[in-house]
Order: sequence, then C-alpha cells, then structure tokens
Amino acid sequence: MSVIRCLHRRLQKGELSPQELAAHFFSAIQKENPALNAYLHVCEETAKHQAEEAERQFANGSADELTGIPLALKDNLCVQGMPTTCGSRMLEHFSPVYDAAVWEQLSAKGAVLLGKTNMDEFAMGSSTETSFFGPVKNPRNPLLSPGGSSGGSAAAVAAGLAVGALGSDTGGSVRQPAAFCGITGLKPTYGAVSRWGLIAYASSLDQVGPMALCAEDTALLLARISANDSRDDTSRGLSQTADSLREPVTGKRVAILKEMLEGAEPVVVKAVEDTARRLRSLGVEIVEISLPFLQYTAPAYYIIACAEASSNLARYDGLRYGYRSEAPANSFHEFVCRNRQEGFGEEVRRRILMGTYVLSAGHHEQYYQRAKRIQIKLREELEAALEQVDFLLCPVCPKADFPAGETSKAPVTAYQADLCTAAANLSGLPAISVPTAVWENGHPVGVQLMGRAFADGELLHLAYWLETTGTRPPYPETIRVLLDGKEEF
Amino acid sequence: MEFELVCGLETHIELSTKTKVFCGCSTAFGGEPNTRCCPVCLGLPGSLPKLNRQAVEYTVLAGLALGCSISPISHMDRKNYCYPDLPKAYQISQYDVPLCHDGQVVLSNGQVIRIERIHLEEDAGKLVHENGRTLVDYNRCGVPLIEIVTKPDFRSIEEAREYLELIQLTMRYIGISDCKMQEGSLRSDVNVSLRPKGSEELGTRTEIKNMNSFTFMERAIEYEAHRQAAILRAGEKVQQETLRYLPEENRTEPMRSKEDAKDYRFFPEPDLYAVAVPPEEVERLRESLPELPQTKENRYRQELGLSLEEARLLSRYRKIAEYFEGVLPHIQTPKNAANCILGQIFRRLKTEEDKEQAEIPVSPEALGELIQLLEGKKIRVDLLKKTLESMLDTGKGCMEFLTPEDLAGISFQQLREMCCQAVETNPKAVEDYRSGKEKALKALLGAVMRQSKGRADAAQAEKTLRELLTAPAARA
Repeated sequence: MSVIRCLHRRLQKGELSPQELAAHFFSAIQKENPALNAYLHVCEETAKHQAEEAERQFANGSADELTGIPLALKDNLCVQGMPTTCGSRMLEHFSPVYDAAVWEQLSAKGAVLLGKTNMDEFAMGSSTETSFFGPVKNPRNPLLSPGGSSGGSAAAVAAGLAVGALGSDTGGSVRQPAAFCGITGLKPTYGAVSRWGLIAYASSLDQVGPMALCAEDTALLLARISANDSRDDTSRGLSQTADSLREPVTGKRVAILKEMLEGAEPVVVKAVEDTARRLRSLGVEIVEISLPFLQYTAPAYYIIACAEASSNLARYDGLRYGYRSEAPANSFHEFVCRNRQEGFGEEVRRRILMGTYVLSAGHHEQYYQRAKRIQIKLREELEAALEQVDFLLCPVCPKADFPAGETSKAPVTAYQADLCTAAANLSGLPAISVPTAVWENGHPVGVQLMGRAFADGELLHLAYWLETTGTRPPYPETIRVLLDGKEEF
Repeated sequence: MEFELVCGLETHIELSTKTKVFCGCSTAFGGEPNTRCCPVCLGLPGSLPKLNRQAVEYTVLAGLALGCSISPISHMDRKNYCYPDLPKAYQISQYDVPLCHDGQVVLSNGQVIRIERIHLEEDAGKLVHENGRTLVDYNRCGVPLIEIVTKPDFRSIEEAREYLELIQLTMRYIGISDCKMQEGSLRSDVNVSLRPKGSEELGTRTEIKNMNSFTFMERAIEYEAHRQAAILRAGEKVQQETLRYLPEENRTEPMRSKEDAKDYRFFPEPDLYAVAVPPEEVERLRESLPELPQTKENRYRQELGLSLEEARLLSRYRKIAEYFEGVLPHIQTPKNAANCILGQIFRRLKTEEDKEQAEIPVSPEALGELIQLLEGKKIRVDLLKKTLESMLDTGKGCMEFLTPEDLAGISFQQLREMCCQAVETNPKAVEDYRSGKEKALKALLGAVMRQSKGRADAAQAEKTLRELLTAPAARA
C-alpha cells in the first residue's frame, strides 16, 4: 500500500532511476497542471541535480526511504532562491534566502522537489480560491473545490502529480483538503515539526503537516520532518512516529464527539457511523462523548488566528521586499497603505481587520482574552476525554464538499465549517484526516481522528488499520503505472 | 502659586551581550549599514526569534542590583506599531509581566526612588536622513535593551541627574552595559509634571523622549517645568503629550507620534515560550553580583575612615575600587592607598574611559610595598611620591629607584647631631627664634632636611630643634 516503500524498492533494485522518476512526474505535471492549477512553480532544473544526488546516495549505500522520492511543498514553505509566494500578490516576486527546516531535512535525505503548490492567500481560506494566482480544481471533480488552504498540495497528490506533499494546518488546512481530495493528511502535535521557514499565518496554531496517498506514506514523511529544532522555540520533535503500523489495534478505545455531528450533512454523519462500525470490527471499543466547549471552537479559533495574523502580516509593507504600488505616496503611512491595499486580497484584508479589532484597546478583553480562556478550557476538556479513551472520532468538515466558487460568497458560513478541524489546532493535539469512502457521485469522504499530544504515531497506526477496511479512491493512474502490480490497494 | 516639580524616568539601556537578543548577529556598535543582520532581526518571512539567555540573565542582574523582585515566570509580548525602523512591525517586549519589578534606589539626600519595573525588549533600527532621502540601517535592530521605569518620585532636576548617574555607574559596575550616552546605549525619557506645593495629587504630565546627554536632560526638564508653570499660571491646562527636546534651541516640541492613535495591541509573543527564572538561578546571579558602588562608598567611609569625597571617587569605577582593595592587605592605613590613587594615579587617568579601564602599570602589591616603606618610616612622603612617579613611568617596582642610603633611615642620634649642627651654623636664625620669630625655625628645619637629603623625619627634627633652642643658652 505504501507508494514510497514500493518506489524505494524499485529504485534500490535499479528498475527505476531517480531521474526517470522525476521526469515521469514532470511530464504528468506538464499535462495536467494547466487545468488543475495545483502547482505555482515547477523546478525541473533543481530537481535534476537532486535526482543526481539521490542516485549517488543509492550508489554509495546511504539511501533513505525518501531518497529520490518526488515531493511537493506548499508555497508558504521557504526554499532558498525559489519563488515563495504564499499565494499572494504581496510576495509574487519574493525569493527566500534560506530553506525551511522541513525542506532541509527532506533534501538531506535525498528527496526530490517537484515544485511549490498553490494555496489560499497566506493560508487564509478553505477552498484554495483566495489565491492571487487563481483557484485550484479538485482532481476528482472539477466542479468542486479541492478544499484549502493546502488545496494545491492535496490536488497534486490526489492527481498523482507528486508522491507526497507538505501542507500547513492552522485551522484544518491539511486535513480538510485531504478529505475533499481523498488522500491522507496529518496535522501533527503542535511542536512536533519545526516552523522555521514556514511563513506564519497564526504562529501558535500553525503546524506543517504531511499529505500522502496512505497512512504509511504519511508516517514516513512525518518521521523525516519531525524535529526538535533549536531555531524554533516551540518545537519539541517526536520520540516515536510509527514503527509498528501493522501491530493490531484490538482493545483501543475511540470516542465519537457528539457536538461535531450536530449540523453535519447526512453523508458526513454516515461516514462517521460507518467508520465506527468498521473500527468495532477491528476490535476497537466505541463510545460517544459530549464536550460542551466544542461549540465555541470556530469563534475562538478565528479570534486567535486573526489576532496573530494581523501582527504576523504587518511586516509586509513593501519597503524591503514584496509588492510595491505604482501609485505615488506622500508619506510612509500612505506608501504602506497603498502597498497593502493592492498587495493583499480581500480575505486577507478581512482577517487583518478582524485581528486588529479584537486586539485593540477596549475589545481586547471581550474578544482576545475570552478566546484564550476558551482555548484553555477546550484543551482541558479534550485532554480529559483522552484520558478515558485513546482517540476521538469526528467529521473533518460538516459538509461533504464545497462547490467551486461558493466559499467566497459566504465567508462566515465557510468559517463555521472549520469547527471540526480547528479544535485540534486550539488544543495543539494531533489529528488526521483519513479517506474512508467514495460516494455514488465519485466524491471521496474522509473522517477525522484526534489523539493525545505527541502520540502522532498512534494516530497513524489507527489510520493505517482504518484504511485497510474501507473503500477509498483508487490511486491515480500516474502512480499506479509506477507500482509493480503487487501494491494494489 | 509655587509649584513642585514631579518627574519619573524611563531609561533604556542596551545590554552588552555579544549577540542580539533573538538571533546570533553581533551587537557591536557601528559597522557598515545593514551588515549585522540576518533573516531573524530583519523579520524575513518564515524566520523565528530565539531568546538569548544571557540577555535574560543581564536583565535579572540589573533587577537585583536595583533591589527588584524577579518574576519566576514572565513572558515576551508583541508591541505592534508600524514604522520603517521596525522590520517586523512589532517590537518583542514585555507588557504585563516584566522580568523585574518593585525595586528602589536611595539618593544621597535620602530620597527613595521606587523602581516600578525592568523589562527586556529589542532595539529598533536607525533612520539616516541624507540628501533629502531617508535610509534605514538595521544593524541596531534586535540589540537587547532593558527599560527601567521609575515611579514619579523625583522632586528636582538634581535628583533626576543623580539617579541617572547612579544607574549608569551601577550598570557598568555589574558589567551588563557600557552605558555610553553618545552611542545611545543609555537614553532616557522623562515624564514631567507640576503640582501646587503641598499637593498630593499628580498633575498632567508630558513625556520628553530619548534624551542622550545629562546636560540636555537637565535643560529639557528645566524648560518643560517653566513652560508648564506658565500654562498653569495662565489658568490653562497642560496637554498630555509626547515631546522631543531641541538642544540647539533649548525648547521642547510635540512629536509626531508613531501612530495617530497609540494602541500597541499588546499580546503574548506566540513564537516564544514563557521565560522561567527559577529561584536557584536568581540566587546564583545574586551571588555573582559584585559589591555595588553605594555599598562600597559607605563601607569605605565607615570601616576604612575615608572622607565622603574619597570614598565616592574610589568606589565610582569598579576597576579602581578593585585596585584600591588590592592594595589594602599589604598596608596598615587605607588612607595612604587612597592618597596615592586619588592623587598621582588619577592624574594619569585623564578621561572617564581611562578610569573605567584603569590600566595602571603598577600592581596593587607593588604599590602596597611602597606604602609599607612609608608606614615603616623607612621613607618619607616626598620620596614616596617621587618613587611612585618613576614606578608609574616605567612599571618597575620601588626597589629599582630606592638606594640603600634612601632606606637606611636616620637614627635618633644622627638627627640630634644634625640639629645641633644646624643650630651652631645658623646663629642668626637662632637669635631670631629666641626673640620670638617663630618663622626662623623653618630655616633651621630646612638646613636639617638639606643635610639629611630629605630623609629626616620633619616632625621629629622640629621637636628636637625646639628642645635645643628652648634649653638654657649655656648648654648650647
């Protein structure tokens, strides 16, 4: 089932070279990306050098399972000398002078970078439609949104335009597009992965997460990117990731979060119930619990995220780098206003305004501080629940899909849809989105599992077993032709 | 109506850590513009701050030196404002929980100045205006700063000056800052208000920003006090505002504020965990503090019998004080060491900088050895002075300059003989003295000193001469 392990065996045996593998993906990207718009930047030249380096690692016996594996990065992860736009006009021509910690680690293992993927502007959105560079199409159905904000990474993996990808998850931005595109996406425990080189949206909630076709590949990526990085004060790393995915899960306890089923579409509720039934068949005990503070998740998340964003994004003034308006300015203030007005899209400006408002004198206590108190309560409730059970089960999103173009018409409705995912960001807990079924219309549906802090490996373990029981979208053609036949799901 | 002046000070001090507070860049003053920066202090997208632990320790040391309590857990906050010298558009500072709080210093007149808080923050870059353009130099951006905030406890300009000097002295003493006002590593804001004499209520205050000289601060307060007095006497109200002082014109003017409405939207810095300073660390730092200048000054006066002036000068510079204390074990009378240092040695340390550095070619032991000769009555003061000059010139020990003859001293018998000889060979002077001219004794004494090549004990010689002269003439 693991695409990465299968490709690794074939690379090791010499049935396939890293160059051939990269070329295979670049030709697929060339064919399919114009319609999908998943990639904003493709880096064939640097990939060539990386493939050569990978070949050397195979030759001298230092190859890792990730060596030569073609990957994609969300365009808010810095890569030295490569455009890193955050899907914004503001950073259209910005090129970082250093690599993100996650890419340092992957490239040290010999992974090959295919390109940078499209995203909602500064990761603000859940449809990849707020990108300055145009929306991403869902590869399963072009009439639907791929979700967001890591919609480019999700679409690239689902369409077979990369073996795996990294996204970032502040309120669900890895898990929700993974569910909408029918792949696996993990939001690691806050602190498991270094944020160095991840362009911040909301620092206390942001976490880089792996996206792949299955839990095992997700685990392989997580093992390489998790680290205690001295440059990120909030990073702690992980002691264990997922060495023993194949151990049985019999006897584990899972609780369904009641509140998160309320108001969810019937197909979403059905997916959770179906998952519960299948878990029971694996010997997992299922209970239901109610956590009253969950109802405040979405407002608390938006207040905290926007507050931090208003501060994180204040540096984009167009003075040292970034978008600069053509219009003449009479003062520094005016200069900054013009650059920001023209350089940021509507959703980003809306969240900056909301964040500025909730932090301003007179509203600070009413909004920001209250949201912080709710965050503490919510974390306490979730942690207490996880003393009773091993995992929590809930939908990824109350809606099964977003029709293309819909979220921008009703932003508040879209905000409310983050209720299921944002709880994991507010509490710092790890959460995974697992594809479990395909509906009659061909659209995939996923469920979400949350686990204890720094028990990301256990979460992947359960996800692995859940995947073995479900019906899930088939691997894309581009991937299937690479596998030796025995790897069919 | 008579008014009382009320001032409070907010003093910024750049810490002399080797590297900046959130990155590894050098904190050295100057340098080609924008050569001492990196993605972190430039706030480039994706970069993250990492707190320099030494900056925390320095802040705690400052707090302990000023009698503050140390917060076991504090945290950094973001202070949001938009200005070209601030590349992140927020300054990482401390808002509701500073590292140090509730300290005090006592001025020489007994006035207690309460320290409200000391917090750690980062400095901003510098705007350079030239040829009608404004350029930004980010070298200073991210240099650690502490802000020491007092309560409005100053009642005179002199108190404000003494306090600021004491802060400068103390911070240099504990080695956390060079406190050079001309380089901006010590700068102070002053809050000034007036109230009718005898009133307990505080008047409306104005804040004069960024004074980088003692004189300017004094003049600015004086100007501002007069300006406010004129406003109050005219029955008008003082506007609460932020001012800048223009030294050339000796006046203050309102500053264009960094933002029209001053709302910094503080919130805890999410990129950094809380700052913990456990009690054991506080104790370790407390033990590492040197004896502070005020304590030294008192000890020098009370235990060593030095005058106020001597005690103050010797305790003012840490290295001088250490030198002085290095001499003490070798001698009996501390005053002798004080005289040598404050006289001959100070004359050679011309600038404040020289005195801070205190590079003295004569070791404390060598000076002690010389002073011992004086205390053992082997040499006299003038020979000590002469010898010390030679030692300071060459760095050599005293024995290089003293002959066996210099050290031989003069026996009581020898002295008496010399005195007799002086009396015999100067009949005129003897006559004059006996006829009541006290001054004539000086001439006789001079003769004895000449003959002894300055080695004679002048007091002893004088005593002997008097005996000889007052004895019955027959005996002479």
